[in-house]
Amino acid sequence: MNIHIPTPLRTYTAGAETVSVPGATVAEVFSNLTTEYPELKQQLFSNDGKLRSFVNVYLNDEDLRYLPEKEATTVAQADELTIIPSIAGGADRMAECVCCSCCSLL
Amino acid sequence: MLHIDYANYEALRAHGEETYPHECCGVLLGKSDAKGNHVKQIVRAGNTRTDSAHNRYNIAPQELVKIQRQARGLDIVGFYHSHPDHPAQWSATDFAEAHWMGCSYVITAVAKGKAEVTNSFLLTGSSEEDKRFVDQAIEIDVKAAGAGVSAEEETELKGQA
Ligand SMILES: [Zn+2]
Repeated sequence: MNIHIPTPLRTYTAGAETVSVPGATVAEVFSNLTTEYPELKQQLFSNDGKLRSFVNVYLNDEDLRYLPEKEATTVAQADELTIIPSIAGGADRMAECVCCSCCSLL
Repeated sequence: MLHIDYANYEALRAHGEETYPHECCGVLLGKSDAKGNHVKQIVRAGNTRTDSAHNRYNIAPQELVKIQRQARGLDIVGFYHSHPDHPAQWSATDFAEAHWMGCSYVITAVAKGKAEVTNSFLLTGSSEEDKRFVDQAIEIDVKAAGAGVSAEEETELKGQA
């Protein structure tokens, strides 16, 4: 099945936007993906083997986290996986900034 | 270096003025090469953080998937958001929540509803463990838009911010 790789991870797929790996379940596909592109493993998974919390995975239009069988979900050749790291942030108005001087400007 | 044309630069700053006093956010589409990230198009995103939108932003992953699919040959090269009444510097939360290595994180300070300084920070490093933000100069391509501000002036202004 095809897996869409986000820009920052294409360094580890020789620049490929989309890679194709076999597998009957999402877990198998991930296992084959990280066998073929070993450097992706550390990017996607923490040391305990769980998907990193900021890594979102979509099976077609469904968030993997909300699929009842999660990684055990069976996949067909025509399905597509999209890996998309999260985007968030904020001004931390109440917290102390790590930048050197901006808090003093408030 | 972040390369962006004047129209897109002004549009992302105007977005922050429109959503003030809430944060705005959006995606920078384009191409990256040895010279840096080149923005060809900006895409406004809805801020899904309705609980504290004045100091938090979040782009729904589903929306990002859609933006990436509709990019038509362009790549996601960065993101922008605004800091209402707060300096155009990345915060601890911005850093903790930044995961797109090689992408530009553009922040515009919006003071009392008016866009002020816009800064860009390049997320570098090879993993969560060694990532860091590096100040990134912004080069505004004014030739395409025919506007009267020179890129050098803008870059200098940025340097003093
Ligand atoms: Zn921020």
